[in-house]
Amino acid sequence: MTLAAAVPPEASASAAEESFRRAQRRTQLRRRILPFVGIGIFLGIWAALVYLLKVPPFIAPSPLLVAQTLVGKGGILLANLVPTAIEALAGFLLGNLAAIVIATAFVHKKTLEETFFPTVVLINTIPVVAKAPILVLLLGNGMEPKIAIAALICFFPTLVNMVRGLEAVNPQAMELMRVLSASKREVFFKLRLYNSLPYLFSALKISASTSVVGAIVGEWIGSNVGIGALIIQATYSFDSALLYATVIVASCFSMTFFLTVTMLERLIVRWQPTSAH
Amino acid sequence: MTVQAMIEPEALAASRPGDAAVDCRNVTVRFVTERRTVTALENVSFCVGSGGFLSLLGPSGCGKSTLLRVVADLVAPSSGKVAVFGQSPQEARLQRALGFVFQDAALLPWRTALQNVELSLEVGGRPRLPSGMPTPRELLKLVGLEGWEGSFPHELSGGMRQRVSIARALLGGPRLLLMDEPFGALDEITRDRLNEELRRIWRETGTTILFVTHSVYEALFLGEQVLVLAANPGRVASLVDIDLPRERTLAIRETPEFMRTATILRTALGGTE
Repeated sequence: MTLAAAVPPEASASAAEESFRRAQRRTQLRRRILPFVGIGIFLGIWAALVYLLKVPPFIAPSPLLVAQTLVGKGGILLANLVPTAIEALAGFLLGNLAAIVIATAFVHKKTLEETFFPTVVLINTIPVVAKAPILVLLLGNGMEPKIAIAALICFFPTLVNMVRGLEAVNPQAMELMRVLSASKREVFFKLRLYNSLPYLFSALKISASTSVVGAIVGEWIGSNVGIGALIIQATYSFDSALLYATVIVASCFSMTFFLTVTMLERLIVRWQPTSAH
Repeated sequence: MTVQAMIEPEALAASRPGDAAVDCRNVTVRFVTERRTVTALENVSFCVGSGGFLSLLGPSGCGKSTLLRVVADLVAPSSGKVAVFGQSPQEARLQRALGFVFQDAALLPWRTALQNVELSLEVGGRPRLPSGMPTPRELLKLVGLEGWEGSFPHELSGGMRQRVSIARALLGGPRLLLMDEPFGALDEITRDRLNEELRRIWRETGTTILFVTHSVYEALFLGEQVLVLAANPGRVASLVDIDLPRERTLAIRETPEFMRTATILRTALGGTE
């Protein structure tokens, strides 16, 4: 009899749920593991190429040699990361703060925007590498020019996004504020500012990594400490393992910075559905 | 039940000006654009008594939303006079006599349902809620959203979002509620249910309602009167009194009286384009 083999509907439903959940866990695990598999394959090909083509270590190191340098010269690498990190962070804060303040001014006084926005665009079109010597001449050889370069790099994307975020307010929400007789100040703090936060954070995520680039480029022009200085030094002394190790340290720092901003965004901008990210 | 004869708008505007909630006289609105001047409304006159429910019905482009915005002090008329409870629309707005429900719910996505309703207590001179008035929580209960106070707009369905916006408009007990096609984007089932509930809320609060729609059935089911507007330029085609009982259920739409009035409205609309 086939009836005897029939499973009660509740049981089969829970069994189906169970197998569905197991499949879901498997997919999630796979998604976590696959990127590391990719990195592993990349390192394997790199090691194989260096070994098979007999690339001399002053041209390109093997992954193992880079790993040894990372551990062996960890002290030097960290000591040079600190000034770069300070410059990048300070530049990030200064550049973005200036951008937010100026965007607010632009939104409140259209004349200001019309007068100064073209100048801002003009300054932004100068390549960083060209801006750097000018700032070194102006600000000397210390941390200041590097901070200024990092700040300049952060400034533009944040300004553009912030102006757009403050202005792209739902027109019906504006009418609502008018029906409620809200003041300009209330419209700014209750509506525009919140509306701009998702725009602001997409700019902050860009400038988290570009501020590090700015600090490093600044150090190339004139400095004997920092990640930028170490890169130049390693290149001139054909120490390819140190060069690669320095690059890895810099990119790890950039990544941490980026992830911190992303986490801050998740904490603050909680009203968007996750699918919108 | 009989359907009252259509009344000439001029005759109605002249009647009972004393207890009028909204009194529009010869309102004309022109918008100047780069290409040409558009006349959105031409010489529109109508009058709604206090506690009334007027549906504004018309094809798209007849200026019914503009008319609502003139009453709400969002658009200034090019000529003509508007009185809201005997005052200018601006005075009525500053006294918080108006509530406005928009086509999309226009909720602030970073605020919970409750915080959205509370918004009007935080801006415009931070008015205190008069004692005895329903609190934001009570209003959410009135629109059937008890237990959803802490939900964000993206967690609510379209119908629920519109309920929140109705609760927000009702806070402070406005004497006049202006609704601009609030259920236009909802599915028919949700729309029917909200229509019934809006009638109930109107009966319970005693507020005057101006309701813009392009649905003959919605206009007829909701309104005590229907103002039919014609397009290009927007002008009054006719004003129809609806003689249906105060307590209405959706079943009323099957009655011969309802059908007959619907035919009258459709005929009035027929000559509008």
